Amino acid sequence: MYVSITPKEREEMLAVIGVSSFDELVGQVPAKFLRPDIKFHQAHNEPELMARLEKLAADNKKLLCFAGGGAYDHFVPAAVRYLASKGEFVTAYTPYQAEASQGTLQAIYEYQSSICALLGMDVSNASVYDGATALVEAVGASMRLTGRKNVVVPQALHPHYLQALKTYYAADPDFKVTVVPCPNGLMNPAAYEAALKDAACAVLAVPNFYGCIENVHDLSAKAAKAGALVVAAVNPVSLGVLAAPGEYGADFAIAEGQPLGNPLHYGGPYLGIFACKKAHMRQIPGRICGITKDADGKRAFVLTLQAREQHIRREKAASNICSNEALCALTATIHLAMLGPEGLREAAELNVERAHVAAEKLAALPGFSLRFKQPFFNEFVLKCPGPAKKLRDAALQDAILAGIPLEGELSDCLLLCCTEQRTGKDIDLLCSVLRKHANVR
Amino acid sequence: MSAENPLTPKQQLTIEKSAPGRRAARFDRAQKPASAYLPASCLRKSAPRLPELSEFDVVRHYSNLARLNFSLDTHFYPLGSCTMKYNPKCNEEAASMPGFASAHPQAPDSAVQGTLRFLYELESMLCALTGLDAFTLQPAAGAHGEFVGIMLARAYHLSRGDKGRTEIVVPDSAHGTNPASASMGGFSVVTVKSGADGRVHPEELRKYVGPKTAMVMLTIPNTAGLFEKDIEKISAIVHEAGALLYMDGANFNALIGLVRPADLGVDLMHLNLHKTFSTPHGGGGPGSGPVGVRKHLIPFLPSPRVALKDGKYSLEDAGPQSIGRVKSFAANTGVALKAFCYLLQHSAQSLREISESAIISANYLRVKLKAMFPSHFDTYCMHECVLSTVPEKLGGVKTMDVAKRLLDKGFYAPTVYFPLIVPEALMIEPTETESKAALDSFVQAMTEIYQEAQKDPELLKSAPHNLPVRRLDEVGAARTPNLRWN
Repeated sequence: MYVSITPKEREEMLAVIGVSSFDELVGQVPAKFLRPDIKFHQAHNEPELMARLEKLAADNKKLLCFAGGGAYDHFVPAAVRYLASKGEFVTAYTPYQAEASQGTLQAIYEYQSSICALLGMDVSNASVYDGATALVEAVGASMRLTGRKNVVVPQALHPHYLQALKTYYAADPDFKVTVVPCPNGLMNPAAYEAALKDAACAVLAVPNFYGCIENVHDLSAKAAKAGALVVAAVNPVSLGVLAAPGEYGADFAIAEGQPLGNPLHYGGPYLGIFACKKAHMRQIPGRICGITKDADGKRAFVLTLQAREQHIRREKAASNICSNEALCALTATIHLAMLGPEGLREAAELNVERAHVAAEKLAALPGFSLRFKQPFFNEFVLKCPGPAKKLRDAALQDAILAGIPLEGELSDCLLLCCTEQRTGKDIDLLCSVLRKHANVR
Repeated sequence: MSAENPLTPKQQLTIEKSAPGRRAARFDRAQKPASAYLPASCLRKSAPRLPELSEFDVVRHYSNLARLNFSLDTHFYPLGSCTMKYNPKCNEEAASMPGFASAHPQAPDSAVQGTLRFLYELESMLCALTGLDAFTLQPAAGAHGEFVGIMLARAYHLSRGDKGRTEIVVPDSAHGTNPASASMGGFSVVTVKSGADGRVHPEELRKYVGPKTAMVMLTIPNTAGLFEKDIEKISAIVHEAGALLYMDGANFNALIGLVRPADLGVDLMHLNLHKTFSTPHGGGGPGSGPVGVRKHLIPFLPSPRVALKDGKYSLEDAGPQSIGRVKSFAANTGVALKAFCYLLQHSAQSLREISESAIISANYLRVKLKAMFPSHFDTYCMHECVLSTVPEKLGGVKTMDVAKRLLDKGFYAPTVYFPLIVPEALMIEPTETESKAALDSFVQAMTEIYQEAQKDPELLKSAPHNLPVRRLDEVGAARTPNLRWN
C-alpha cells in the first residue's frame, strides 16, 4: 500500500544483492514458518476507509460533558492543534541527533521550563506516559531515596493511580500502601499522622478524586517531620489559582497533563508530568533536555544526564522508560504559551466559578445535596436521591454525560465536573435533566 | 546565553520573547475572583513565569522551531530498530474526527461503541498477524509492554505454585529496556552472550536456562538484523525448562504477513504500533505497545479488557488473576486508531509486501555499502543491516563523525553504537516506504563521506557544518545542568 518500490525495481535490487529470488534472502528462516495462511480482510482504499471511520465515529454518542475523574474537556485554541500537527514535529523521532533536532529539543526545554514554573518545582523531565505512571515513578524514586517501602495515599486517590501502584510494585514483598480514609472528603488527620510512621512518602492528591482540596501546607509539614517525602498529585489547570506544589515543599510533583491542550480520546495518548526538587534529580525517569554550547559557543539544546537511563545503565536504570509522550508535551507547551499566566488564571477562575454555580444549583434540587463540604476546584460529589448509575444512564437520553457514578458507600453519588466550557445555560440544562430523572431507580 | 554570540530572534526561547501584558487566548472573565470561593490557604501566592505572547508570536515561534528539525516528512531517516516508515495522513485525519477525539474515558460503554469496536477489532487483527490468542492495548509504549510481559510471567508461574523462578534471560544484543524492565519487575537479569555470528546459540543458552528461569526475552529479528535460525531449538530449551518465551516485537516490520510469532513457539510478545504499524513517533512519543499472549496467559492480562457480547462492546474487569492496571483508562486509544486505519488499508498479501520490501531494501543497502563500511555479520539480513566504520582505514574517522556528516548531506543518521556487540556500529533500517531512488542517494552520500574521510578526515570530525548548530558539547551539558529557564 505504501511500498515505494516498483516490481521492476524489486527485481533490479534482488539482482544487485545477488539472489535469484526473495526466498533466498530469508533462507535463515525455516521454510515451514514462511508465508502462513493469515485470515485477513480485503484492503480498504482511502474513500472506503474514511467512510468506515465516519460510520464508527458516529457510533460514539455526542454528549454534553460534565465528567472529569482524571480527564477534562477544556477549550483548546486552534493554533495549538495547528502547530502540534506540523509534520516536522509529528514525524520526527526521539532527538538522538541533536544537531538535526533542535526544534524538538528547544520545545522540550520550554516544556520543562513551563512545567517547573507552573508546579513551582526545580526540575522536570520530558514526560512519562500519564498521570498514573508519573505517580508510580515518583513513588519508586521516594522508596529509593528513603530506603522505606511504606507509601501513604488518600482513600480519595484516583482509583486507577492506586491500581497502577499496586501492579508495579507487586513483586516487592516489603511494599505496602497505607490508605488513609477520607470520611468527609479529606484525609482523616489522625489516621494520616499515624500512617506517616516509617513512610517513604505521602501522596497528596490536590484536588483529590472527590474534587476536594486538602490543607496542603499542614499535611506537607507533617510528612516532612516524619521523614517522609511529599509527592503532590495535582491538576495542572487548577494551578492557575491553587497553590503550586513547590509552595508547600513537595519533593515530587506529578500530574495528568491531558487538560493542557490534549483531546480526551477515550483515555490516551495523555501526558505524564513529572517534576521534583533539584536534590532528587538523579532519580528522574526518562529523557531530560538541557542547554549546552556548540563548537562555536552558540547556545544549543541536547538530551542530558543520560547516565540514569536504560540505554546506558540497562538493569540498573532509574526506570525502563524509553518512548514517552513527546507530542502531547509539545501540545501542552504550546497551550501554555497561548494562555500565558493571565489566560491560565482566567480559565482556572472560570472553572472555579462555573463549578460552584453548578454545585449550588444542583444541591438546591429536591433530594440532591453536596456530599462533602470542602473547598473544590472544578469537581464535586453530588448526593442523589437514588442510584447514581441509573441517573447517569437516564441522562444519556438527553445527550448529557452527567458525571461519573461512584461506587460502594457512595453509590448514590455522582462526581460532576464543570470546566470553563460549560456555560450557565448548560448548567441549567443539567439541572433540569437531573430533576426530570430524579426518581429513576 | 553567551554575550559574544547574541541570539537572533529565531533562536530565542518563548520566555525571551515575552512582553508583560501581551495576550493570545482569552476567556470570559469570572464574575468573582477565586478568593470569593476558596480559602486563602488554598491559593497560589505568585503567578507562574510563563511567556506572555500574541497568537502570532506563538505561531511564528513554533513554525520556526519546526524548521530546525529533520523529520520523516522532510528527510530520509534510516534509524535502525526504529522503523521510520511513512506515517499516512488519512490516519491522522481519522484520529482527529470529533466523534473519537471527544470521547470521554469515563463515559459508559453504550456511549462509546465506535471506539470500543475499533479497539476490539484491532486486537483481533493483531491476533491474526501473530497467531497469538489475545492482545491487550493498554501499554503506552514498547518498554511499557515489556513490563507487562514480565509481570505476566511472574503471575503465571506463581499461579502454578512455582515460586523459584527469579531470573529473566536476555541476550547481550538486547535493547536496554529489556533488562531494565526485568529489573523493575523484581527479577534478576541473566545475560547470555551472542555468538560471533550475532545469534543466540542453543548450547550457550542452555547453560543459563533452568528451574530459576521465568522467561527468556528474544528480539526477533534481533538487533543485528538477523533471524534466530535456531529458534526451534531455542523454543524447545525454554519450554523444557518450564520457562516462557517472550518476543520483543520492536522489529516486527521484518515479519509482518511473512512469519507468525506463535508458530515459532513464542508465548507472549509486544508490538510497537509506532514502528511497524505506521503511527508517528512525535519526536519521542506517544507510542503504543500492545501485548499478545497465548491462551494459558489470558487470565493474567491487565484490566480492563475489551469484550463483545450479544453485539455490544464493553470494557470488563479482567478477573481475579489479572496483574492489574498499568496506566489510567483503557489504552493510548488515539494511537491505536491510527494503527487500525493502517491495517484496514492492507490485505494479507499487501502486508507481506511490507516485510519483503523492507528486507530487500536493507540488503540492497548492505551490499551497496559493505565495501566501504563492512557488514559486521556478512550475511543476508532481515529489515536492517549493521555496518561498521573502520577508523584505521579512514584517518581516524569514527561512526559518530560519519553520522554527523550525513546530517550535512540531508540524511538523518542511522542508529549509532548499537547493538553494543558491534564495534563502531551503524545500524541502518531503510523501511519499505523509501524508494529505490532515495536508497541510491543515501548510498551516494555514504560514498562521498567515505571519499572525504580519505582526503580530509578533519572535515568529518568537525561535522556538521550546514546545520543550525555545529557539534554539541554533551559533556558540558551534563556537568552543569541547565534544564529550565529561571
